[in-house]
Amino acid sequence: MSAYTGKYAEELIATAKYISTPGKGILAADESTGTIGKRLASIKVENVESNRQALRELLFTAPNVCQYMSGVILFEETLYQKTLEGKPFVEVLKEGGVVPGIKVDKGTVDLAGTNGETTTQGHDGLAQRCKQYYQAGARFSKWRAVLKIGAIEPSELAIQQNAQGLARYAIICQENGLVPIVEPEILVDGSHSIDKCAEVTERVLAACYKALNDQKVLLEGTLLKPNMVTPGSDAPKLSAEEIAKYTVRSLQRTVPPAVPGIVFLSGGQSEEEATSNLNAMNALDTIKPWTLSFSFGRALQATVLKTWAGKKENLEAAQNALYIRAKANSEATLGKYGGSAGAAGVGTESLHVKDYKY
Amino acid sequence: MSAYNGKYAEELMATAKYLATPGKGILAADESTGTIGKRLASINVENLENNRQALRELLFTAPEVAQYLSGVILFEETLYQKTQDGKPFVEVLKEKGVLPGIKVDKGTVEIYGTNGETTTQGHDNLGQRCQKYYDAGARFAKWRAVLKIGITEPSELATQLNAQGLARYAIVCQENGLVPIVEPEVLTDGDHSIEQCAAVTERVLAACYKALNDQHVLLEGSLLKPNMVTPGSEASCKASPEEIAKYTVRTLQRTVPPAVPGIVFLSGGQSEEEATQNLNAINALDTVKPWTLSFSFGRALQATVLKTWSGKKENVDAAQKALHVRAKSNSEATLGKYGTGNQEATATGKESLHVKDYNY
Repeated sequence: MSAYTGKYAEELIATAKYISTPGKGILAADESTGTIGKRLASIKVENVESNRQALRELLFTAPNVCQYMSGVILFEETLYQKTLEGKPFVEVLKEGGVVPGIKVDKGTVDLAGTNGETTTQGHDGLAQRCKQYYQAGARFSKWRAVLKIGAIEPSELAIQQNAQGLARYAIICQENGLVPIVEPEILVDGSHSIDKCAEVTERVLAACYKALNDQKVLLEGTLLKPNMVTPGSDAPKLSAEEIAKYTVRSLQRTVPPAVPGIVFLSGGQSEEEATSNLNAMNALDTIKPWTLSFSFGRALQATVLKTWAGKKENLEAAQNALYIRAKANSEATLGKYGGSAGAAGVGTESLHVKDYKY
Repeated sequence: MSAYNGKYAEELMATAKYLATPGKGILAADESTGTIGKRLASINVENLENNRQALRELLFTAPEVAQYLSGVILFEETLYQKTQDGKPFVEVLKEKGVLPGIKVDKGTVEIYGTNGETTTQGHDNLGQRCQKYYDAGARFAKWRAVLKIGITEPSELATQLNAQGLARYAIVCQENGLVPIVEPEVLTDGDHSIEQCAAVTERVLAACYKALNDQHVLLEGSLLKPNMVTPGSEASCKASPEEIAKYTVRTLQRTVPPAVPGIVFLSGGQSEEEATQNLNAINALDTVKPWTLSFSFGRALQATVLKTWSGKKENVDAAQKALHVRAKSNSEATLGKYGTGNQEATATGKESLHVKDYNY
């Protein structure tokens, strides 16, 4: 048999296509409890459920933002939360034309015999969990594999484990009605050149698409969430145009046209950098058979968080900050961003955290 | 390091792009001495060098044909041959804007432990041979890997050996200035369905592109020469050109990265007319196609030409005209503009050219 052609095939293809709508992108709001705790701590907000609920309500009810979002990735707790008035978040999003998605991996574990490389777990009972999430209203999922660049990294072992793990996760999702976002993140940590990043990214993506083919994943019903191709965090910075050139070339060399959309992670980039880079990619005059959009967490929320600082009276201003970034990134997916959103030093701060764990 | 970026990188990309020019395609005239012997025998012509020379001169000097061809694949002997007037074929072609290419594989050998599956040989001293061919004027190469569909075929072993063999050939070519055409032919022999052909072709192409990535082949300086996706030659159900187009393009969308500038189909055992119609339907399809979709036809360009020529000087004009008809038709097909009404599709043009277990 060729790729997955079971009962959800048509729906998966339609959902993936919708999420890839030009002008729209994904808000990654799937920080685990531990990770969101760090974010809240940075604005001196206690990590309790009511605060997590308040933050997410702020994000999902922000006026005029939904038009720029095709999907939001949620953490499991959030999938079942409601607004203060008792309306399930999932309904709020659906009414706004935003598809709810769900993070399904269970974090990384070290690979023995490697120099701190990891693989991602979460396969046990995954099918049942996907079924439940589908029933709760989710229509896509996300699984983050992590690789790093070093003298001998990523190793063939790490690449294979992560690629096969992603492919296994992907086919199980499809069998249960969820469009899998395939995320093989190569960390920006290090002092390597952009050429090195390109080489590793191509090698990793090629391994991923071979694994996806091996495991009969229906590419038309998936999305890719890769890193952009950039110099390492400790190496000299490059222009958005260079990042665009290298990134698109790496994707041209590895991602089959059957994939409808590529939604970049922002890694440690500042809000403004991420938007500029995305814009430069879409402005590039070259062959791009997939849409190129965003699946940003920090790069959409950093200013929002600072502005909110956990206070009800800051709600409107915080929602306005989200609107600004969402609109900017929407324009970037069309190659039309004029750089107007990065006002007053806000949004230009690097959001890099070494060896980042969600 | 990422993909090959040595001294020939820019030239390889430019050559591959040129070969992929819309409206143009490739004439596969690289039949080995043994194989061309069979063709000549079928028209009662003796397999002598001067007859082989005469046939190829007929093809390369045919009026109004060069405009439809971006390249011609040659066998080694032909690369060094000349016209009757003493002009090297390579010059004749170059003057007309047709790039000379060269077949560099040395045929197939059986893989132990399989059910008649094969791998392709020709790697020994390939670097030096490529250099020689480059000096002689060749700018692209071709290597044919062969896989078949059966109950347990293609096996993972056959798939891997052929994919790695193709990738090894490809990088050696690039290091020596030749654009490699990657040809992983999945034979039509059998009674399998079009779906099975699709599944196998996807698997094979995925293995090929993984191997090409492993071996640092510069995709922008390569071409793909695949089979179209069709039912087996003995399948009860034939498929329309539209079905073949749909399955073929979907298979390519799922496996061929956009960095590859052009895909040039082999004709397998299809009749001249079938091959053209299928190519046309492929190009008429309204879907994402980041590579050009063209032809690299041997039999599907030459069948009528051969019959018309029959080895006789007095038939050269008519034979060259027959080539013009097919070349123009296929050129139109690459633009999705081939109309079935007004071409002089002869009975020969419709004749199946299938030979079981075909060896070049």
